[in-house]
Amino acid sequence: MRYLPLTDTDRQAMLSVVGASSIDDLFVDVPEAARLSGPIAGLPMHASEMAVERHMSALAARNTVAGQVPFFLGCGAYRHHVPASVDHIIQRGEFLTAYTPYQPEIAQGTLQVMFEFQTQVARLLGTDVANASMYDGSTACWEAIGMARRITKRAKAILSPGLHPHYVSVAKTMAKYTGDALDTALPTLDDDFGIDALIAKIDGETSCVVVQYPDILGRIADLSALADACHANKALLVAVVTEPVALGAIRSPGEMDADIVVGEGQSLGVGLQFGGPYVGLFGCKDKYVRQMPGRLCGETVDAEGKRGFVLTLSTREQHIRREKATSNICTSSVLCALAMSAHMTLLGEAGLRRLAEINHLGAAAAADRLAEVPGVELVNTSFFNEFTMKLSKEARPVVRALADRGILAGVSLGRLYPGEGALANGLVVAVTETTTEDDVEALAQALAEELA
Amino acid sequence: MSINPAGWRPERPETAATAAPATVTGNRALMLEEPLIFEVGSTLTTGVDLAEPPAGKPRLGTLERTSAIGLPGLSEPEAMRHYTRLSRQNYAIDLGLFPLGSCTMKHNPRLNEKMARLPGFADVHPLQPVDTVQGALAVIQELAVWLITLTGMHGVAMSPKAGAHGELCGILAIKAALGAKGEGHRKVILVPESAHGTNPATAAFAGYSVENIPATDEGRVDSAALIARLGPDVAAVMITNPNTCGLFERDMKTISDAVHAAGGFVYCDGANFNAIVGKVRPGDLGIDAMHINLHKTFSTPHGGGGPGSGPVVLSEALSPFGPLPFVAKHADGHFALVEEETAGDDHPQSFGRMVAFHGQMGMFTRALTYILSHGADGLKQVAEDAVLNANYILRSLEDTLHAPYAASGPCMHEALFSDGGMAEGFSTLDVAKGLIDEGFHPMTVYFPLVVHGAMLVEPTETESKAGIDQFVAALRSVAERAKAGDASLKTAPHFAPRSRLDETQAARKPVLVWKDAVLAEAAE
Repeated sequence: MRYLPLTDTDRQAMLSVVGASSIDDLFVDVPEAARLSGPIAGLPMHASEMAVERHMSALAARNTVAGQVPFFLGCGAYRHHVPASVDHIIQRGEFLTAYTPYQPEIAQGTLQVMFEFQTQVARLLGTDVANASMYDGSTACWEAIGMARRITKRAKAILSPGLHPHYVSVAKTMAKYTGDALDTALPTLDDDFGIDALIAKIDGETSCVVVQYPDILGRIADLSALADACHANKALLVAVVTEPVALGAIRSPGEMDADIVVGEGQSLGVGLQFGGPYVGLFGCKDKYVRQMPGRLCGETVDAEGKRGFVLTLSTREQHIRREKATSNICTSSVLCALAMSAHMTLLGEAGLRRLAEINHLGAAAAADRLAEVPGVELVNTSFFNEFTMKLSKEARPVVRALADRGILAGVSLGRLYPGEGALANGLVVAVTETTTEDDVEALAQALAEELA
Repeated sequence: MSINPAGWRPERPETAATAAPATVTGNRALMLEEPLIFEVGSTLTTGVDLAEPPAGKPRLGTLERTSAIGLPGLSEPEAMRHYTRLSRQNYAIDLGLFPLGSCTMKHNPRLNEKMARLPGFADVHPLQPVDTVQGALAVIQELAVWLITLTGMHGVAMSPKAGAHGELCGILAIKAALGAKGEGHRKVILVPESAHGTNPATAAFAGYSVENIPATDEGRVDSAALIARLGPDVAAVMITNPNTCGLFERDMKTISDAVHAAGGFVYCDGANFNAIVGKVRPGDLGIDAMHINLHKTFSTPHGGGGPGSGPVVLSEALSPFGPLPFVAKHADGHFALVEEETAGDDHPQSFGRMVAFHGQMGMFTRALTYILSHGADGLKQVAEDAVLNANYILRSLEDTLHAPYAASGPCMHEALFSDGGMAEGFSTLDVAKGLIDEGFHPMTVYFPLVVHGAMLVEPTETESKAGIDQFVAALRSVAERAKAGDASLKTAPHFAPRSRLDETQAARKPVLVWKDAVLAEAAE
């Protein structure tokens, strides 16, 4: 077995040091009835690299690869080009095979990356501080609702209709157990982001308003008035960003006075991976930092006065506070945070802003071209790299039919909101720097045929 | 041309003893200081070549960004050097034994990485039509079957993102099951005092009150006390088995039977599954739910603190309450995704969704690759070698370090020591820092809380005997220095990139992001 260094000679020598005659002597505390005598029946035995590779490759071949077809899916996961060096960096064994930095003297690499990541994320989201990452955007969103409850000591959260339906689902699951009251609504297939309706819902019981920006249909809106309305009622504004590249082109939620900004960082550096692992982003105003969940890295000095970094404010966390912790979270998503941070470092401000511009103008051109297709109506007047079209027929069968023709056309609202007839004709289309003009043309022509 | 021997390259090192001089750069040969990107990068520099944006009119309304973000950039060679230099300030499994108890820091096979990067897995969107992702769903299903079979359980929830998230999944399933039975009034979860901190944190999150159960003198949960506490208010017990003292809970089945008889459920923290994988099936011990850390037992990389992955195996009683989504295999071999849409028909009692999308797919491909590489025989050998290595360390060091439960019989995959016998003023922390100078990552320290100055050593099965012998010699030496009161140990580590860091200062006046003002202050 290629991963097991002990030889039978080693094992015998070690058993005699231990004072055991056989390995089974070491399992005496397992009740006899529960001890298995041999390998579990019905399972295959060990296999060579080559055999395993053959098996896994055959499974991989049964999937349609996004990069090999015209591809337009978004809705919380985006296909961007990741520089080759990013993957090389995260495969450095010293990053890949390190543990949580509990011994900071020999973990300065990971810790400095965390500190740089926290700073980059805070600047991108427009918040004072950010943590060292969460599991993903959906869990970060729920954690923000919980944090708002702790800060305001109120338990009614208003979720915007444009919040990703999976994020809403996660929050609903958790709220069943925490007693939070969630005010939710379905989106409507129009150009109204819904700021006024959200403002009208805020009252003295409201802990927070949670608003996705750009929202699930790709719509964008100024959040400033909503932030003011929240603050006038001593509630918090929580903004959710599922496409961080957007913040290279549009104002950050923090600039518009959001109190907590969370998001999904997958777009930068991480890749699609069928939904995970991703990297949750979490930033907030300085005054709320002690209510923040998740790992935090802070700057300090060593005994010789040299700058160094440590995990800090851990009195919020479960391993110290146990049942009184701000969250039960133990792990973050550090390797994905490293990928995101390295991608941001390679892009730099100039690169990120240009990348955002390419995405946006490419999406605008695609929207114009697709709107020419008979039976297609563009829903958004403003958007970043993702917009919604209203088709002349139900979108979900159209998406399936286009998949059969080798085009991954986007995400139908029927997939996200099954059974909601008013949304059934909606199709959300994302365009990034990886989308070519030929891809758009292929979609336009195939769509024209399907809708004819 | 003649050779001039004066000025010839010296071939032998000078022998004169002189103190090492300070260097201008602060570097010491291969130990390189690395500034922050904010100190060296520029917002005008980019390491990515991007095309000219297409022509067109922006559709951003009034929201176009007008302010600077403040993101420094580096060219590719600068970026590679930055991250490579930082990486060299980390200890890692790839460098040596990493004996963190309860963390199972085993070798991360590189075939796993290669398989996870196949475009058919890495470049697939979670919302693609299910007909276009049959291979991805097959991976989830195949891994699920392995996990169910290895644990002897009925079902598995694959979506939890990490161990603590899996704990939450298990407890929410228990709460849903109790609710369905009209037993929602049960408000207490019993947790042994040796448990991981996540256990009480999870129980509290789910709205339960936590009561601690004491340990016996031999390091196991006091089963008599636990059974005596059972009653109509107890929803569940959360037990770690093998436990955090490194011992198998002999009475597990008896406890499970008693909990079931009293109408409660048994949650098992599966953090230590590596000790028994392929040897013991938790289902045979009466467990109702157990999370499996794929980043421990099944070798997916820890990555400096995540991503993890924490599937939860469930008993027949709990399976109907597990979360969405999950993969179902139809009789014709087609895989379906059961989500909110069809859950009403297929999985009506589910407690709901825990994450967007389908869980940590990238970890599933790695874990399945690992499992297929080992097979049933290899996994059994994993547990046996892990347990043998730990017992070898326990018996090799019990004469030097105080081992509080050495008399309790063999340990499982980790050996527990205490700070007993150290000189006045010397602590477990000093031993840990001394080990750093010897080139080892320290063991888990001050956990479990039931042992004074605990040191929990988990070598895993992927260490050679020679490597373990060297570790034993190093730990013995450091322990002897602690017993002898060697003052140099108090200032260890001496040879790491940093000496001991001031954690109090970091917490008192938190500096969590880089600011110009910080630099200015530091310069004062």
